[in-house]
Amino acid sequence: MFKNIIKTTAFAATLFMMACGGNSTQEQEQVVNLYSHRHYEADQKLFEEFTKETGIKVNVVNASADELIQKLELEGENSPADVLFTVDAGRLHRAEVKGLLQPITSDVLNENIPANLRHPEGLWFGLTYRARVIAYSKERVDPADLSTYEDLANERWKGKVLVRSSENVYNQSLLASIIAADGAEAATAWAEGMVANMARAPKGGDRDQVKAVAGGEGDIAITNTYYVGIMLNDSNEEERKAAEAVGIFFPNQNDRGTHINISGVGVAKYAPNKENAIKLIEFLSQEKAQKVLAEENYEYPVNAKVSISETIAAWGDFKKDSINLAKLGELNSEAVVTFDKAGWK
Amino acid sequence: MAIIILLVIALPVFTIVWKLFDSPGETWTHLVDTLLWDYSKNTLLLLLGTALFSAIIGVTAAWFIANYEFPLRKYFEWLLILPLAVPAYIMAYTYAGMLSYTGPIQTFFRNQLGWNTSGPFLDIMNIPGAMFILGISLFPYVYVMARSSFMQQSRNLQEASYLLGMGSFRTFFKVALPMARPAIAGGLSLIAMEVLNDYGTVKYFGVNTFTTGIFRAWFSLGDAGAAIYLSAILTVVVFALLWLETKQRGEASYTQGSNAPKPFVRKALIGWKKWTVLSFLISLFLVAFGFPIAQILAWVWATFHKVVTADFIQIILRSFSLAVGTGLFIVCFAIIMLYAVRLTKVKWLQTVSKLAVLGYAIPGAVIAVGIFIPLLQLDNVIIDVFKSLSFASPGLLFSGSVFTLIFAYIVRFLAVGFNPIDAGFQKVGRHVNEASRLLGFSDTKTLFKIDLPLIRNSIFSALLLVFVDVLKELPLTLILRPFNFQTLATKAFDMATNEMIAESANASLIIIMTGIIPVILLNRIIRTRKA
Repeated sequence: MFKNIIKTTAFAATLFMMACGGNSTQEQEQVVNLYSHRHYEADQKLFEEFTKETGIKVNVVNASADELIQKLELEGENSPADVLFTVDAGRLHRAEVKGLLQPITSDVLNENIPANLRHPEGLWFGLTYRARVIAYSKERVDPADLSTYEDLANERWKGKVLVRSSENVYNQSLLASIIAADGAEAATAWAEGMVANMARAPKGGDRDQVKAVAGGEGDIAITNTYYVGIMLNDSNEEERKAAEAVGIFFPNQNDRGTHINISGVGVAKYAPNKENAIKLIEFLSQEKAQKVLAEENYEYPVNAKVSISETIAAWGDFKKDSINLAKLGELNSEAVVTFDKAGWK
Repeated sequence: MAIIILLVIALPVFTIVWKLFDSPGETWTHLVDTLLWDYSKNTLLLLLGTALFSAIIGVTAAWFIANYEFPLRKYFEWLLILPLAVPAYIMAYTYAGMLSYTGPIQTFFRNQLGWNTSGPFLDIMNIPGAMFILGISLFPYVYVMARSSFMQQSRNLQEASYLLGMGSFRTFFKVALPMARPAIAGGLSLIAMEVLNDYGTVKYFGVNTFTTGIFRAWFSLGDAGAAIYLSAILTVVVFALLWLETKQRGEASYTQGSNAPKPFVRKALIGWKKWTVLSFLISLFLVAFGFPIAQILAWVWATFHKVVTADFIQIILRSFSLAVGTGLFIVCFAIIMLYAVRLTKVKWLQTVSKLAVLGYAIPGAVIAVGIFIPLLQLDNVIIDVFKSLSFASPGLLFSGSVFTLIFAYIVRFLAVGFNPIDAGFQKVGRHVNEASRLLGFSDTKTLFKIDLPLIRNSIFSALLLVFVDVLKELPLTLILRPFNFQTLATKAFDMATNEMIAESANASLIIIMTGIIPVILLNRIIRTRKA
């Protein structure tokens, strides 16, 4: 009996060592440690490709950007993180304000990424961008009636608007862009008008809003472009049908342009593998990687040499809000408070 | 030794109490002004609603199965425990997916019958929906406890009640139910703790409770202090519940008379009564287990070729070894502590050892906060020491390592392993120990030669129960997991939150399948105890 216990223990211990071995064998090999909010299959493929090319292993911690920033902050100068990868400029800004990022200079990055999609001093870089658009019911809405985000708060859309919770960072950045364009007072009035127009209390993700339009719960949804792209290419026929029931409208084309947000990276202030971090970011900004991001995740590549996927190309070109994304980060907390006051769940 | 283990286990509670003396920051004021009321209201509603719902279905099912004879009764006895193998968050993803616009139910109505069912009718992502999900995944706790209580009740009392002209309804309410009250309350307190610990369901459904508040305060608002305040409130609530439970259990002791209860004869049900009971139990089983499992299997069938890769196998292996590792630690700790109590017979040590199991009552998110902060401080001290001796910095040794994660699991699940081993020791009694000592064996030798072989079944069930609980654990793992680290639970969570519910079913299925084994074992233990 006792022997059996020992045997089992030894077996379990071996298994255990095998399973944990992954993170203790970092002494010799080249690595780059990534804190990432993105969990797309495409990313994993790219990291493998990067390792193949450079021999540098990519270690990833996946969590929400908020959690990762908190972790970076607590770990301080002993943090193992090299790169922070978020899906929103606001979070990069938060990391920047907390002093968690360091500036880097790279000709490759400056060439591949347009100036308004990266930090002026190189604290962070956008790698892809997505537009926050209006998805309208092809059946019930005439796109000629659509114009701006501001117009969605107009009374004639009462009970027709679908949008997710204010806890979502895409909405926070959208409101920040409205604060920047129209001022705090107008933004508060807009948020209140939107709440009054909602077809239902906010729930679910962007895809759920699109489905609710298809199901007739409302006529208009606010969504990020790549979600619709993913739905249009889903293996489930019902998902495709739901996405085909909506049209995509790019708002504010006659003034500041449609709100966009980036998915981007910054190098951690105390990055132990800074050189590798820069190599990884450069790799991600180059045509090959940009193409994968564009094709597999239906995002807009920042690198102008890369064409967008057919699915989103079908929606046509559009004018982008050219506000510097750093500004959205600055206004983020004001946006959160405005949402809370307006009662946007 | 036992004392040291105890102190370490109590670490998160100490941290939280300690941090309470820091003055609250701005975030806390903002939370009190805007969200605290919402958190309290939702948490309370969820708690009461889930308790009521699971009490009604659990006790009803237990009453039928304990007292009546009807076809398939023996199968239902254990079939109704199976929902325990499905973590509530997986139940939540599955139902949300099933009932969504593109899910099978709405698709069927829309495409086959031409009905548009979109709208609030099938909407489950709200507070009543969360009550439903938590209720169907947790009701077996009440069911199991109430059933064994009903079975142990003396026939005589019920017969007396019938003879006095009471119908079965009044017998149930006046005699059986009051006598089963302590058992039902025990089951409900387990449910209450699970509800307070839940993160996956409420997060996914967008219901703000204390648990989501802890995550929000710490991460979104970046204020660990506010998170600790919330944790403290939650901990107080949990301890109050525990206290209430022991208090009321102490008062409610019903005497059954000393003569042995009459042999148990179930009344056979016939006619419409038989069919009503049967259809109730069948629908309960289908709703709480059959339908969700069918949906998960369908999703796995559609997506496994995409999801089950070498990486996925790695995740399975890792989750399993993590669970086995934690199980072994817990079993060792429990044996050391209980053996110390057994040898010394010191009264206060017995009381203190009870404290060690409080971890199970503390929500995972709270334990994570309470462990991460002191370990990080420890790490920074170590690094400073190394640097002052001009050695290279060893980096963060503990925080963000598997060590922290296992430590946290041990704190949280010690009770799960502790109880069966405690019961095992008590069954063996002290006489064999004393005999062994009289024959000149040392304490250690006695432990290995006498006690452990005698309680090996208890050790095995302890290991198994811890194993399954670790496999299911979500909030704590999310906060404390290191680099490149996914468990089955976090994988399912990540995929579901990324709107890939069908893909998440692969990880869910493995968690459920593994969970079924101890559920069946548990039922066996209850049955043999009854015999």
